[in-house]
Amino acid sequence: MARLVILGGGIAGQTAALHAKKRLGGSHEVLVVTPNSLWNWIPSNIWVGVGVMQPEQVTFPLAPVYKKTGITYCQAKAVSIHPEGDAENSQPFVTVEHTSPEKKGQREKVTYDYLINSTGPKLNFDATPGLGPLHNSQSVCTFDHAAHAAQALDELTARMRRGKKQTIVIGTGHGTCTCQGAAFEYLFNVEFELRRRKVRDMANIIWISNEQELGDFGIGGMHIKRGGYITHSRVFTESLYTERGIQWITRAHVKEVGKDTILYENLDGEEKTVRFDFAMLLPPFAGVGLKAFDKQGTDITTTMFAKSGFMLVDGHYEPKPYDQWLPSDWPSTYQSPKYKNIYAVGIAFAPPHAISKPMTNPRGTPIFPAPPRTGMPSGVMARQVAFNITDMMQGRSEVPTRHASLAKMGAACIASAGSNFWSGTAVAMTMYPIIPDFQTYPETGRMLRYTTGEIGLAGHWIKHLLHFGFIYKAKANPFWRLVPE
Amino acid sequence: MAELSKPERQPYEQTFYPPTPTAFTKRMRTNLLWQLFRFVVLNIKMLRMVRKH
Repeated sequence: MARLVILGGGIAGQTAALHAKKRLGGSHEVLVVTPNSLWNWIPSNIWVGVGVMQPEQVTFPLAPVYKKTGITYCQAKAVSIHPEGDAENSQPFVTVEHTSPEKKGQREKVTYDYLINSTGPKLNFDATPGLGPLHNSQSVCTFDHAAHAAQALDELTARMRRGKKQTIVIGTGHGTCTCQGAAFEYLFNVEFELRRRKVRDMANIIWISNEQELGDFGIGGMHIKRGGYITHSRVFTESLYTERGIQWITRAHVKEVGKDTILYENLDGEEKTVRFDFAMLLPPFAGVGLKAFDKQGTDITTTMFAKSGFMLVDGHYEPKPYDQWLPSDWPSTYQSPKYKNIYAVGIAFAPPHAISKPMTNPRGTPIFPAPPRTGMPSGVMARQVAFNITDMMQGRSEVPTRHASLAKMGAACIASAGSNFWSGTAVAMTMYPIIPDFQTYPETGRMLRYTTGEIGLAGHWIKHLLHFGFIYKAKANPFWRLVPE
Repeated sequence: MAELSKPERQPYEQTFYPPTPTAFTKRMRTNLLWQLFRFVVLNIKMLRMVRKH
């Protein structure tokens, strides 16, 4: 009996675990190592952040799901990978540190035959002084953070109801952040909620981000055919901000978040400030800090991980300028080039470079988005890797045969702009491919037929459908495989 | 420092240039019949995208 160990039980990890166990049945073991006892449908955290959902509605306990599916559950965080075993034994293993109340702090070796790293991001609040819920700004990255943000929003509302005008700043808290889409959703849900609370006229709302232009979203934006024109998402995004009375600051690297003032640097190299009463700023992401050691115990972390802490896979990582980037730079099997039984999916794999054009100001400060790895692509990667590994475990192939390159994958994204069954809206987008290919699609980088966007109540209904559908799927409820990634 | 005031569409300011929707366009975003139709169309578009994998 072989063992597949999956580090991380988030969107990618859970997808991989369920698909792998379904295919392997009782003949091999699937073991998930995750520090959390709850699974979180992260895309709905923005609704927790404005108080229209509670944490219980976006989470569920993992243990019962793993018990019913026969997946071994180890509530622990992964600390180090030993792909060659150690001096005593050649069996590869990971070192884990337990996080359950009964075994907290205890370390253990977990051996594996195949390993999937789906540990997701470290929320790197420390990259910006004063950033984060322990300091001076809110976050919606976890359901806990989001609940805290909702409470702060209630306190802000109370001040506005007493007649005090307030300034709200929402966006990215560092020059290299990703996830502009999540901050966009929170921005418009806050605006919508303040209108519902009848205090919108007491709020000045400002967006701040590291995008070159609004509508970039870390993917260079996209072109849509609409109204007889082929138009960049910048135009539509600026339209929505104007319509909702939101100012915007782009090309900004937030350097420090004080008690009521944000200090930022722009692409011209100028330092500027913006005052706030409420700020929600997303942190930049890094790898979770896994180390790696060879058989002799020598640290080989830099041979398996990029400087960012994300795991190197089958991408092309040699540094090159933007005009030499190619879609083929992006990985397709997510297999470690050094250890063929190790894979990384979701946010855990190291992208070869950004998607948006890199920009640096005269001070040498990089100010451009890191590439997003959203739910749908992460699920597709995880499923394909699970299928590849189970094929190898069951002797159907010796190498990965399925591919999931972002350069040959499309995505569907729904960005909420206000939550209400009758009056809410969301931007529903599709794009193909995710990584722009200016050789195949010279003017826009993407296939116009499959690259679309519109805002409306239908998008909001779909976002709710996705909320219920993906939680249903992650719980491995009957016919869960019918829910596509 | 950014000023404490709700921006209005002032000439030559940031919000002067982007297009804004007409009242009809805004109404259609939450018109139930039209959005039911768009719900079906969007689901087909998204399933078509998903099926490419």
